[in-house]
Amino acid sequence: MSVGFSLRRLRALFLKETVQILRDPSTFLIAFLLPLILLILFGYGINLDSGKTRIGLVVQDDSQAALSLATTFRNNRWFDVRTARSIEQLKPLIVNDKIRGIIVIPQDFGKKTEKGETAPIQIITDGSLPNTADFIAAYAEGLRATWAADRAITRGHPELVAKAMPVQLDTRVWFNPSLTSRYFLIPGSIAIVMTMIGTLLTALVVAREWERGTMEAMMATPMQMTEFIASKILPYFTLGLGSMVLCTVLAVMVFGVPLRGSLFALFLIAATYLLPALGLGLFISSATKNQFAASQIALMTGFLPTLLLSGFLFEIPSMPKPIQWLTVIVPARYLVPPLQTVFAAGDIWSLILPNVGIMLLFGIGFFLLSFLTTRRSLD
Amino acid sequence: MAPGNALPATGTTAVPAAIATSVCKSFGGLRALDKVDISIEPGRMTGLVGPDGAGKTTLIRILAGLMKADAGDIHVLGGAPGDDLENLGYMPQRFGLYEDLSVIQNLTLYADMRRLEGAERQESFERLLHFTDLTPFRDRLAGNLSGGMKQKLGLACALIKTPKLLLLDEPGVGVDPISRRELWSMVSGLTHQGIGVLWSTAYLDEAEKCDTVYLLNEGQLLYSGKPDGLNATVEGRTLRLSGFSGRSRPLLIRALDSDTVMDGTLQGRAIHLLMAPDKGPDDLDFLDAGQKTKIEIVPPHFEDGFIARLGGGPKGTSELAERYRTVPQDRDYAIEARKLTKRFGSFTASDAIEFKIPPGRIFGLLGPNGAGKSTTFKMLCGLLTPTEGTGSVAGYDLMTARADARAQLGYMAQKFSLYGELSVKQNLNFFAGAYGLKTAAARAAIASVVEVFELGDRLKVDAGTLPLGFKQRLALACAVLHQPPVLFLDEPTSGVDPVTRREFWMHINGLVEKGVTVLVTTHFMEEAEYCDEITLVYRAKQIATGTPDDLKALSAKLSGLADPTMEDAFIALINEHDRQEAEGPGSKAA
Repeated sequence: MSVGFSLRRLRALFLKETVQILRDPSTFLIAFLLPLILLILFGYGINLDSGKTRIGLVVQDDSQAALSLATTFRNNRWFDVRTARSIEQLKPLIVNDKIRGIIVIPQDFGKKTEKGETAPIQIITDGSLPNTADFIAAYAEGLRATWAADRAITRGHPELVAKAMPVQLDTRVWFNPSLTSRYFLIPGSIAIVMTMIGTLLTALVVAREWERGTMEAMMATPMQMTEFIASKILPYFTLGLGSMVLCTVLAVMVFGVPLRGSLFALFLIAATYLLPALGLGLFISSATKNQFAASQIALMTGFLPTLLLSGFLFEIPSMPKPIQWLTVIVPARYLVPPLQTVFAAGDIWSLILPNVGIMLLFGIGFFLLSFLTTRRSLD
Repeated sequence: MAPGNALPATGTTAVPAAIATSVCKSFGGLRALDKVDISIEPGRMTGLVGPDGAGKTTLIRILAGLMKADAGDIHVLGGAPGDDLENLGYMPQRFGLYEDLSVIQNLTLYADMRRLEGAERQESFERLLHFTDLTPFRDRLAGNLSGGMKQKLGLACALIKTPKLLLLDEPGVGVDPISRRELWSMVSGLTHQGIGVLWSTAYLDEAEKCDTVYLLNEGQLLYSGKPDGLNATVEGRTLRLSGFSGRSRPLLIRALDSDTVMDGTLQGRAIHLLMAPDKGPDDLDFLDAGQKTKIEIVPPHFEDGFIARLGGGPKGTSELAERYRTVPQDRDYAIEARKLTKRFGSFTASDAIEFKIPPGRIFGLLGPNGAGKSTTFKMLCGLLTPTEGTGSVAGYDLMTARADARAQLGYMAQKFSLYGELSVKQNLNFFAGAYGLKTAAARAAIASVVEVFELGDRLKVDAGTLPLGFKQRLALACAVLHQPPVLFLDEPTSGVDPVTRREFWMHINGLVEKGVTVLVTTHFMEEAEYCDEITLVYRAKQIATGTPDDLKALSAKLSGLADPTMEDAFIALINEHDRQEAEGPGSKAA
């Protein structure tokens, strides 16, 4: 080439890109509206905490103890109870999803209680919703145990308390004591937004240059490919950080999510993640040169893994082993933990730095790939 | 400036801006360029002419350094292609403009790419904006410019720093004749500054105006040299028949069926014929066209030379028409448009369009891009509801019996009407189903068109990979499966080679003789010549209606040209309309 890298040309390309971003409504949608929607969704809409669950209650025993336990079930904050005489009456309701489970207080409940034995109850749950099923089983059993203990004390048999509650649990949840899911969903949604901007938006704008023939015209000028790539990275890097800031401000101000770590750590983590995100976007666009294919691949390789495999919605340790191995190659997997840490716990550098290092490696890898595929040629 | 031994001696003329010999390039198994030689001299207009798919774009991209040739010796501006981008101006087919940037932002970007600064840059901007008449539109977004203006802006961007070599890839495509002529005169003016220009085009008539012409067809160089050199090969064999009695189409069909005639086209009421070698005006007695028939030798067109080089055009009788049903002539008009008006918000796309087409005629909607042809066309197809006015197709009213009206027509567009991923057979099956043919009828209709269009060997081939000529045949086959009484054609032969175009119109001419009525929209003058009647649409209004001869006569009066072509007529009528608009404000209430 007759001339080398020119800052003047880079500046011109950068300005061009900026004007395009400002004029393009889709950029605005992805960079500013999408974070808003995601935050509202995760802040209000999607809540992984359980509210009141509807269940059926069958009381087969007329003893005073059975009625007392039934009242306990009716008057607690976890269940919305519908009472019936037999299981048969409730079956259609569980089939039609009107109730999620049935609790049966059996005929001999009163007798066993009077004898001082542990009187079991039957808990029928809907296995098609395993989380809810577990939840109902655990809470119903818990209620029964608490009721039994209370009764033992009020009747003056404190020795029976231990029998009623074989193990005393004293739960203490660290970092998110109230277990509010939005506290970890909102930092996670920052990962989604940055992936959308870094990978999807970048892939789209570069593919658009190929599709509309502007790439061809620019390649016939003395422009260098490095100038071109740099002119795409800088604006979208800035845009990515910008919408990260927007997300953070909203998360803290509107949704009351605590930010316990430093802004420096937050920026460091976000900025490092944008490298693999942008690199992947560039690689996809120069490999496909087509907006439709680029958007599909960007969604498949960027957005979906970030949503499903980063540990943001589903915890990685509870995934099947092969899926756990798969998450190793998802860059967002190294973003979500440090991000959640910075929000919920603080600057835990021993956790942040290794993740930042891995993201950096991914970034270098993707950039190498996209430099190799972006050639000044239409062949 | 270049090592002398790399370049062949060019005599007294200057060193060529670009020279290439034996250039080959394949894509997959497809030969895009097969041993092509080209030389672009400075200060000359070099034409690269050929139909779509001839290899023009590939050759230009190789010269611009954007593609690597498989073989061949290529020197551009004294080096390898792509070495000297500072002195290369290149305008790709879609102009390379950023549509979301303004005119001046586009120019600034290209100036920055070429590091044009300070006073030189200001001077260049002013000169180019003036040169392209874009000064009033500096701040308009490129995407909001008309096709002609986009093209001029594309040219301005390629010229921002006066290049030594200017490569223009089909600058005239999709642009109306007026813009095309303006662009031509702008570019030919540049050659006086010593710029070597390569102008690629699918319009053969543009070739006649070049200094040197390279004629490409399917990757092969058919001719290179001065344009009249090709014409000389058919000198004395091009005739014009006029004054004959009877209809012109059957006469043309008879002429083409004989071996004395190589090729022929309708030109209004006259017929243009290319005779076989050693044949002349005296060999036409067999036509027996009547006492008043006038036969004169006329200067050949570039297209005549091209057709002769390809061994002549197709015969006259259409097998398709022979097998077609005779359409009953049971009403006065097959297609009617009554004050068809369509408004989109405050914008009027077509304004009180009115015409009546008797059965068995070809009617043309002619006009520049964006004039309102397509809107009118879509209303008649029943795809758009008119804001005002109505129309009918084969007796069915567009307001009350739209679906029935649609069932009476066959529709064909040159672009986008086939499913590229489906095989030929699957396309035929699909269209037979879409037109509601029953199983047995569909099978018979498909078998018939497969035989007529010789598609038998290619039934399993994907339509998208067919050569252009076969795509054209398949598109027509799909449109006529249900033997409709009315055919709607949307630029049916734009960019195809003259032989394929002849073949297409041979079928249409035959169908018209069977009573089929044809409506064509086009801005291709060659297609307009085939029409019995034309209406010229400009800025949503009909500005002239008549036979091609009427319109030519009218334009002869307006422009003073002795023998205007259809293109001359088009330009004269539009200029006249613009002049009247400018002179008589308020001639029509808003």
